[in-house]
Amino acid sequence: MKFNQRDIISIKDFSKEEIEYILEYAKRMIPYATGEKHTTHLSQQILATLFFEPSTRTRLSFESAMHRLGGSVIGFADPSGTSQKKGESLADTIRMADSYSDAIVIRHPQEGAARLAAEFSEVPILNAGDGAGQHPTQCLLDLFTIWSEKKKVKGNNIVLVGDLKYGRTVHSLAYALSMFKADLTFVSPETLKMPKEVINECKEFGVEPISTSNLEKAIKEADVLYVTRIQKERFPDAEEYNRVVGSYKIDNTLLQQAKPDLIVMHPLPRIVEIDPEVDKTQHAIYFKQAFNGVPIRMALLSLILGGGKKL
Amino acid sequence: MKELKVTPIKDGTVIDHITPGHALKVLHVLKIPQTTSSVVSILMNVNGKKGKKDIVKIENRELDPKEVDKIALIAPKATINIIREYEVVKKHNVELPEEVIGLTRCSNPTCISNAREPVESRFHVISRDPLRIKCYFCEREPEDIAAGII
Repeated sequence: MKFNQRDIISIKDFSKEEIEYILEYAKRMIPYATGEKHTTHLSQQILATLFFEPSTRTRLSFESAMHRLGGSVIGFADPSGTSQKKGESLADTIRMADSYSDAIVIRHPQEGAARLAAEFSEVPILNAGDGAGQHPTQCLLDLFTIWSEKKKVKGNNIVLVGDLKYGRTVHSLAYALSMFKADLTFVSPETLKMPKEVINECKEFGVEPISTSNLEKAIKEADVLYVTRIQKERFPDAEEYNRVVGSYKIDNTLLQQAKPDLIVMHPLPRIVEIDPEVDKTQHAIYFKQAFNGVPIRMALLSLILGGGKKL
Repeated sequence: MKELKVTPIKDGTVIDHITPGHALKVLHVLKIPQTTSSVVSILMNVNGKKGKKDIVKIENRELDPKEVDKIALIAPKATINIIREYEVVKKHNVELPEEVIGLTRCSNPTCISNAREPVESRFHVISRDPLRIKCYFCEREPEDIAAGII
């Protein structure tokens, strides 16, 4: 198991044992992530964060993670002031950032951008989302949330609901959950169903996901409800959008049918899919999930940049 | 009387068992006729023992089998026959490499390999029969591989 100077591009680059190791290590990061403990573990190291697309949680939690480890951060949150607007290739931007930093975090609108960046960089690349492609650190923090709340992933009935066709996080998550042998239920409107190739990947791990459009039925047996945003632009007319959004809205009435220890997750931002009244219930875990981005990213940065020394 | 559509060639190369309908793409990949002035015959949808196939005959030119391996992407069952004095002196089944570089475009329009970047397209072969390849960059599998041939 080698993490030193490794690129983090896709969850598919990791074995189950490696993921388990990262989750265990992330747990040890929590007191540092909350500020309860302090460290200079990565002092003198610089993280470059190149965000060619907007981000709130991913960028802030990466930056927080690096600062909590005693390192520093350079970068941009908006490419409009960079040479990319002048027509510079991504390859050239990466060569430049490579010479200024010890690791590079990249979010880019085109799929495969992080893999390309890794071709041109001597320092490790961490993929913070490439178009509709991969977002491995989100996947790891989602797994970490389920694993730490439920004590294990295997055997839990995990219901993914919302836009399962275009949602970036749900594809990698379905893959990773299958690796851990979770029971999966996919709830979506007919037009936003989970792509066949993702279902086939689940089956390769021996998992047989159930696909349905009936959330009320699925929620009764759920241990974890993972909600994603349904985007208005995916629908031909506003009426159809309103009907679908209404049928997948999570509120306290719906949750009355759920198990008392059901956890509700969301990669955020949420718009209307979870009613704010749910925030105060024992089910709501999405803000803790967002916090978990810090210990997970601390674990990765420490493993990649720590030179083999653990915190 | 048996009708002979194309006569046997005396010297040269015969590419047999090409996926039906793909003969012109095979020539495109091999940069023929740009790189040869030899006579080239093309047969399409010929009845063979295992169903229909295309055949290409190139006179007076012996193709290097390794050079021809790149057609494996569009004609994975093709065979290369080197002909001398009307006899087959060498026979070679095309072999698909583990990685296919610079031969076919990714079908995903928003894949970074289709952007103005200094990289060639790159695919991993994940299955040979049926042929399935996966983009190294965006991890998608093109459905129609032949459509993306560069």
